[in-house]
Amino acid sequence: MVFSHGFGCDQNMWRLVAPAFADRYRVVLFDHAGAGASGPASYSFERYSSLGGYAQDVLEICREADLKDVVFVGHSVSAMIGVLAEAEEPGRFGALVLVGPSPRYIDDGDYVGGFSREDIDELLESLESNYLGWSSAMAPMIVGNPDRPELGAELTNSFCRTDPAIARHFAGVTFLSDNRADLRRVTTPTLILQCSDDLIAPRAVGEYVHREIPGSELVLMEATGHCPNLSAPQETVDAIRAFLGD
Amino acid sequence: MPSAGRSNEDVRRAPRHPVAGDADENLEDLYENAPFGYLSTLMDGTIVKVNTTFLTLTGYDREGLVGRARIQSLLPVGDRIFYETHFAPLLVIQGQVREIAVELKSAGGARLPVLLNGVVRGPVPDRPALVRFSVAPATDRREYERELLRARQRAERSEAETRRLAQILQAGFVPSELPPVPGADVAGVYRPAGRGDEVGGDFYDLFETPQGWALSLGDVCGKGAQAAVVTSLARYTLRAVGMQRTPPRDALALLNQAVLRERTDRFLTAAYARIDRDGGEGARVTMSLAGHPPPFLVPAAGAVGPVGRPGTLLGVFQDPNLYETAVDLAPGDALVFYTDGIIEGRGAGEGLFGEERLAGLLEAARDLDAKGVAEHLVDEVVSFQSGLPSDDIAVLVLRIPRDAPPSPPRPPGLCRPSGERAGSGEADGAAAGGEGEVEDGADAGRGGADGGDGVDGV
Repeated sequence: MVFSHGFGCDQNMWRLVAPAFADRYRVVLFDHAGAGASGPASYSFERYSSLGGYAQDVLEICREADLKDVVFVGHSVSAMIGVLAEAEEPGRFGALVLVGPSPRYIDDGDYVGGFSREDIDELLESLESNYLGWSSAMAPMIVGNPDRPELGAELTNSFCRTDPAIARHFAGVTFLSDNRADLRRVTTPTLILQCSDDLIAPRAVGEYVHREIPGSELVLMEATGHCPNLSAPQETVDAIRAFLGD
Repeated sequence: MPSAGRSNEDVRRAPRHPVAGDADENLEDLYENAPFGYLSTLMDGTIVKVNTTFLTLTGYDREGLVGRARIQSLLPVGDRIFYETHFAPLLVIQGQVREIAVELKSAGGARLPVLLNGVVRGPVPDRPALVRFSVAPATDRREYERELLRARQRAERSEAETRRLAQILQAGFVPSELPPVPGADVAGVYRPAGRGDEVGGDFYDLFETPQGWALSLGDVCGKGAQAAVVTSLARYTLRAVGMQRTPPRDALALLNQAVLRERTDRFLTAAYARIDRDGGEGARVTMSLAGHPPPFLVPAAGAVGPVGRPGTLLGVFQDPNLYETAVDLAPGDALVFYTDGIIEGRGAGEGLFGEERLAGLLEAARDLDAKGVAEHLVDEVVSFQSGLPSDDIAVLVLRIPRDAPPSPPRPPGLCRPSGERAGSGEADGAAAGGEGEVEDGADAGRGGADGGDGVDGV
């Protein structure tokens, strides 16, 4: 069972959910390149200029760890990263769980993504105002001591710490991507977890994803916001368990 | 332990002011009229309590906010996404967030830059968990931060521009593509020092002259724009004199004069060679070195080693000592010119890369084509220095291809890369510059003496 975090923080996003599956699954957690403890050396502006680069990483992790019949749980943008990985190597996956997915954040004709292009530009500006504990003086200390994680952990906001240039790039790739056409290629059984009142991925988007992925199941959660894995971990765990028939 | 300022002890000893104590502060008033806005929300952002300062700052009335609005709805879209993707997760994971810069949409529509701090008060019996926010106006501070950000962006742009200029300059130090040389396989690799954001002083060239082909490779001391001027001067001077019927030794002597005339304090080392077809499958390379590391001869079989006499560097003395050496290359043989960035690369705890390592590497790469040899060599040297070479690296490989299946190994005695007068080097007395002693025989390579090898591989 592979848990893939979304834009913003790191694998800590799964700390209230992943342990519930550890007894029945081999649980694999990772930080995307550029996030968490991945280290800036792992990041390449070229490789990660589209979500495909992240999807390749997911497949590489699966191959490296020799994972089969993978239950891929992707939050936010990682939902689409999972869709892309599944499309490339469908035989690798047993189930997809998409938490708060959105194949396109920007409105387009009849399609309602919830945002305008100007909104996304504003987000990029917002990211520039919030370095979140990141400064060039601090970065080497955090990154240079992988064997002493307590140095990083003590820093405020460290779970969502990202090099601002990388955060901006990732945000651009995430919020400007359009993966609507990829949804129909999914052949693996898929669960969509849709929060009520999700400002990032509104209900209409979850329903769109449900319509487009053949045979998918949509669960409307009571949880509000965009991160039910943190705000409503039990409801999240129960919904995934029910889908997997555990 | 010594400490600056007044210790707790000092504070306790200070005389007590007659009007002091908790009784003098009204907690309700302290909350309502605190010097910053207070905002309490449920974990989902629903506002459950605000203070008067907040209402004054934003222009909302209490009834419109409490129980009706969520803090997210007071944020512009960009900040709202940031809140959902960073702020809210942090509150759950670490129980607090500090110094988050956002803008609040005020009732009148204006945007108020604020700094938010938030602390979670965990659930107590019959009461849900809350987030307590302090909201500090930060208009001036934000303007100042924007100035800093703009300055930083300007600095980043200038850095990028500097890098681009360095790359443009550097692109003039080597041909963008080596021309095909009939009967030879040639390849060059240039790798600037470090991350490549500073212009270096290595160059190489390969060009056709009215009499045949010529190559040059060199290293100007230092880095930066001044070194770049001399580097360009060196490459194009050698190209210009090479177009005349100038022997290699004289070409370097002319370059020496040109650099001295520049009155620069830069000097350089250089190699210059003429390549002549020998009428058969091979080629004769007549070269001169000016304080430059001798190129390595990599014969199809036999020992790998340096050939040529280094001579004096250029740009310092009026009359440098320059020599000429001829090397005959048979099919399968290669001659590898390089700059000292190869052998003087320093590895972590392993000392210098050194000639011995270079020889071993070339030995192992002897069956690769010119491009393979050059790239392999540079890759090895760069990774030896953990990916960030301390100096520029230039490599130029001239190889005579072995088109036919490999011939039987040459008897070892016939292949002496250096130190043996094995052939008839060209003794060119028509020195134009200086009194450089003219080598009267090749001190290297298989010369014409083992000409029988010239037919192997046919």
